[in-house]
Amino acid sequence: MSIWEYANPKKFMATTTPIAPWALYGSLALITVGLCWGLFLTPEAINFGHSVKILFVHVPSALMAINAWLMMMVASIIWIVRRHHVSALAAKSAAPIGMVMTVIALATGAIWGQPTWGTWWAWEPRLTSFLILFLFYLGYIALWSAIEDNDTAADLTSVLCIVGSLFALLSRYAVRFWGNGLHQDSTFSADKETHIDPSFWWPSVISMGGFVLLFVALVLIRTNTQIRLRRADALEARNRRQS
Amino acid sequence: MIALFIRDLRLAVRAGGGFGLGLAFFLIVVVLVPFGVGPDRAVLEPIAPGILWVAALLSCLLSLDRIFALDFEDGSLALLATSPLPLEGAVLAKTVAHWVTTGLPLTLAAPALGILLHMKPEAYGYLFASLLLGTPALSMIGTFGAALTVGLRRGGLLLSLLVLPLYVPTLIFGAEAVRRGAEAMAVQTPFVMLAGITAGAFALLPIAAAAALRVNLR
Repeated sequence: MSIWEYANPKKFMATTTPIAPWALYGSLALITVGLCWGLFLTPEAINFGHSVKILFVHVPSALMAINAWLMMMVASIIWIVRRHHVSALAAKSAAPIGMVMTVIALATGAIWGQPTWGTWWAWEPRLTSFLILFLFYLGYIALWSAIEDNDTAADLTSVLCIVGSLFALLSRYAVRFWGNGLHQDSTFSADKETHIDPSFWWPSVISMGGFVLLFVALVLIRTNTQIRLRRADALEARNRRQS
Repeated sequence: MIALFIRDLRLAVRAGGGFGLGLAFFLIVVVLVPFGVGPDRAVLEPIAPGILWVAALLSCLLSLDRIFALDFEDGSLALLATSPLPLEGAVLAKTVAHWVTTGLPLTLAAPALGILLHMKPEAYGYLFASLLLGTPALSMIGTFGAALTVGLRRGGLLLSLLVLPLYVPTLIFGAEAVRRGAEAMAVQTPFVMLAGITAGAFALLPIAAAAALRVNLR
């Protein structure tokens, strides 16, 4: 029993088809609980007022925007090293989800920034890094859709993803060097004591868990769709050869 | 490698196009900016280094798709791939040829265009030095982008979409170095970072570009 068994598309589909709906239901439940708790049962924060409650969407989506890219990078490396088609398709499926998460993070950030910082947009390190991350997603998806041959597309996008990860990291530090921050320092961390009130901490963590599960569910469903699309293409090609 | 480098130089010079065109584009962008923001010295002076860097970056982008496209069409790229020279070496030679035909002229012309934008006299040296350090990285990153999109029929627009985000760190450190130089602040950090990006790009990206070329030649 090793994880590479799931490189077999059939095995992958058989295992993930029952898991995906449960992940989806779980994520919906967690997001509902997290958001209801966050929106209705938390106090208003000093200096923020009601606007602080957008935190429960903003932080999880930002988290997933970055982790989706990380997942794509790992999947790309697996594709380049071990040539498992499922891995390449998973990376392909994750890209639009990550891009949407980036847009959600940017949009909620703008909505939140307007009342608290007095501006929709500032050329501030984290905002700018996210905008650059959005451009990377855009380029990656555009490259996938521009190439007709599936294997070529998988190879080229994987190379782009790995090189892009390096440059995204570099951009992050360059941008930090270039502008001054408005964001507070990291509030959530695993090893240090949190700087956030416990009444906000639990709903945010639940909401984050919900977003993670949502991402997993969507990636599984989309990967299954991609595998089926491949099969449909193969069938069509076979029919054309026979006729 | 040297033969390939000289061949690419000759082609670029004789075929026209790339060589003069990039420079002309650079000039036009720089001339257009005062029309857009007004001829006021107080406006132009602080933004001059940034404008020159962005203009240099855009004119570098113009000639990128020529790096591999012609060789890919007539099959000489496939010959290069089967020759005893490693494909990484061929990529490197083509990058250097691209830099000599675009980056170097841009670097030499930039201080002259700085006059048009009322750039501070102290900044000229820094502009020249930062472009000299930074444009090789632009060529190298661009070559990687060109290698990715060489097999596509309409790769030009996609190439810009792929390459421009990769240019961000180079642009930030390059323009920052000139800005700091103009204001007599410490310039060591941006220059060191710029040199680091160039060195890192030349060390790693030929491998990635050669991998992409091999996929496209398959």
